[in-house]
Amino acid sequence: MLTIDRATRDAIVAHARRDHPDEACGVVAGPVGSDRPQRFVPMLNAAMSPTFYEFDSGDLLRLYREMDDNDEEPVVVYHSHTATEAYPSRTDINLASEPNAHYVLVSTRDGAEVDGAPIDFRSYRIVDGVVTEEEVTVVDGYADGSTPEQQKAES
Amino acid sequence: MAEVRIPTILRTYTNDQRAVEASGGTVADVIDDLEANYAGIKDRLVEADEVRRFVNIYVDDEDIRFTGGLATAVKDGATVVILPAVAGGAADPVLRAAGTCASTR
Repeated sequence: MLTIDRATRDAIVAHARRDHPDEACGVVAGPVGSDRPQRFVPMLNAAMSPTFYEFDSGDLLRLYREMDDNDEEPVVVYHSHTATEAYPSRTDINLASEPNAHYVLVSTRDGAEVDGAPIDFRSYRIVDGVVTEEEVTVVDGYADGSTPEQQKAES
Repeated sequence: MAEVRIPTILRTYTNDQRAVEASGGTVADVIDDLEANYAGIKDRLVEADEVRRFVNIYVDDEDIRFTGGLATAVKDGATVVILPAVAGGAADPVLRAAGTCASTR
């Protein structure tokens, strides 16, 4: 299961809408081993394409160095599909290289690029070519050990 | 000797080590030295004598695609970073969209 705070979820959706009809991409970093997506890092889609995304190689190196320095890992790797469903494509599966990450897909097709429209926000594990969808739980925050109010993601 | 940083997905080859030492005057030599100690890793990095399309290798912060590819010199004490591309997308004929003619696998 992916547990993500509302502000970060909303930031991913806003990024996907802003870049529509091109695909948007980025990561949410978190402390190694915490499984907590904490630091939202929108990335430039160097491919600037409606059907493909790729981090620029220089940006990629800087991102991973930064995460290393902060003892972080990419807890979420997200991107949007802009004309198809929020499900990993064959390409997504072939290129998935973070077995510990939650792969989040957002679809901005069919008018979902408009602010306020319903939007698919789904999460998957992709390990050795096998896709497993998982539940997304949106929380208001990660208050100090207290149980945050939880709400299922609309999907 | 160079220090080679290994990405998570390839640490199965290096007994979970995040960084290993390897020797060689070029990236190609360093990869051969890695292969000698961690059999199987070369095929994940190189295809037909080129770096795989969706693997990035940096020598002292420079992407070797811009510095001579596998022939890029590796000085003693250099840091070699290997990072798989973070890439994907809706298109199945992905490589056309990416403007390359490499194969994903």
